[in-house]
Amino acid sequence: MGIRRVMFTFPPERIDQPVIYNLGLKYNVVTNIRRADVTADRGWVILELEGAEEDIEGGLAWVAGLGIRVDPAAGDALEG
Amino acid sequence: MSYALSLRCRKCGGEYPLQAQNLCDFCFGPLDVAYDYKAMAASLTRDKIARGPVSMWRYADLLPIAGEPVDLGTGFTPLTRADNLGRLLGLEQLYIKNDCLNPTWSFKDRAVAVAVTKARELGFTTIACASTGNLAASVAAHAVKAGLKSYVFFPSDIEQGKIVSTAIHNPTLVAVQGSYDKVNHLCHRLVEAYGWGFININLRPYYAEGSKTLGYEIAEQLGWRSPDRILAPSASGLLFTRIWKGLNELSMLGLIGPVNTHMHCVQAAGSSPIVNAFENGTLHVLPVEPQTIAKSIAVGNPADGNYALKAARESGGTAASVSDDEIIEGIRLLAETEGIFSEPAGGVVIGALRKMAKSGIIRSQDVTVACITGSGLKTQEIVSDSVRPVTIEPSLQSFESMVCVPNVTAASD
Ligand SMILES: Cc1ncc(COP(=O)(O)O)c(C=O)c1O
Ligand SMILES: [Zn+2]
Repeated sequence: MGIRRVMFTFPPERIDQPVIYNLGLKYNVVTNIRRADVTADRGWVILELEGAEEDIEGGLAWVAGLGIRVDPAAGDALEG
Repeated sequence: MSYALSLRCRKCGGEYPLQAQNLCDFCFGPLDVAYDYKAMAASLTRDKIARGPVSMWRYADLLPIAGEPVDLGTGFTPLTRADNLGRLLGLEQLYIKNDCLNPTWSFKDRAVAVAVTKARELGFTTIACASTGNLAASVAAHAVKAGLKSYVFFPSDIEQGKIVSTAIHNPTLVAVQGSYDKVNHLCHRLVEAYGWGFININLRPYYAEGSKTLGYEIAEQLGWRSPDRILAPSASGLLFTRIWKGLNELSMLGLIGPVNTHMHCVQAAGSSPIVNAFENGTLHVLPVEPQTIAKSIAVGNPADGNYALKAARESGGTAASVSDDEIIEGIRLLAETEGIFSEPAGGVVIGALRKMAKSGIIRSQDVTVACITGSGLKTQEIVSDSVRPVTIEPSLQSFESMVCVPNVTAASD
């Protein structure tokens, strides 16, 4: 089992889709959102993923394939 | 004496001991060193600082280290009046903070000196970093001095001079095929996998504090006052925010008056997420894919981008970007007027300075400090077309026929 802290940055066309829910469902990883800022046209989410290493890897590749930028959680994108 | 108390989360205020950790366990917000400023203020005076070493360690009381520093002789670099360049740009009080003159030829020595000192205090035997080049050289050099092992990771396409000036200190050199952001992603994985002190990841709160000394020095060298304007280049945005923090700390401690400095954040147009956000009037710093000759500052997803944006706004400053051609022109202009050979990050600063002087953002009377943060000796290839010698035979006749010397009467004997 592994744990990964990541930040997703969403392009406008993905904002209203249940990406994180599907990530959990499809790849059997537990998603735990810590901070987020989502508006009508953009957004980011900082979350923790827990699961088997290969599931996390596969899940992140799937998310990136949707055009969502995946970065390690570090600093942050927005002062809340 | 250290007045550092703890690490504190910038988001939720959660507190942690002074250990190797950069994110809050609870909200994943960034951690910063918290100090006992009251005790600090009671013990610090201008005189006490001025009597200290002629290096960044004169400000040791404002830094989060307890014991002997790992010292290569970093800091207290010249703040020189740039009258030639100033005349050309119509600026009467222009200064260059020449941070090329650090032990490994960039301002990174300030940040690394603090982080490596802390790494040694915390008992690390191996340190590492993700670097665009300057950080790598500094980490490798400090590791040697501190008797630690080092691993440095950098994008495989960085300038040869940066690689050689790192390799000479014999670290484990790892050239990663990919952008800096990819290097950074990889290193975040390695932090979890190995128990190393990553200078700009798990040791980032200490690393960040080292950069404050650039701000302290500017104020002290101006006779204990903050200038009207500072221009500094941004990659992750950390240096920029820490210059601002440094000035505000001095003011809070009563060592200088109120800070009325306008902070100007400059980036290469091919990698300008902070400038984009500033210009769009948004708080979101959206990541970009960098494409610029200014490789040292080609960071697409700046960890402290939002804080840099805030500092620019809060100070009444601006953010500006310049093209690759303007960067080269900036490097040449500085070299040809002030005798200082900068790397592209400094070309960005001078290019932006020129634009701001022209557009009237900077007025002729403003006390303006341009931060030149790294030396051109490591990035020679981008200006190698400057080399056009006249080749002659070793005779007076050959010289006179090949080299045109204007308006000179030959000596009579
Ligand atoms: C020469 C030079 N100037 C400025 C910077 C910007 O540093 P920061 O990441 O603190 O914004 C760097 C970063 O690598 C650099 O090498
Ligand atoms: Zn927190």
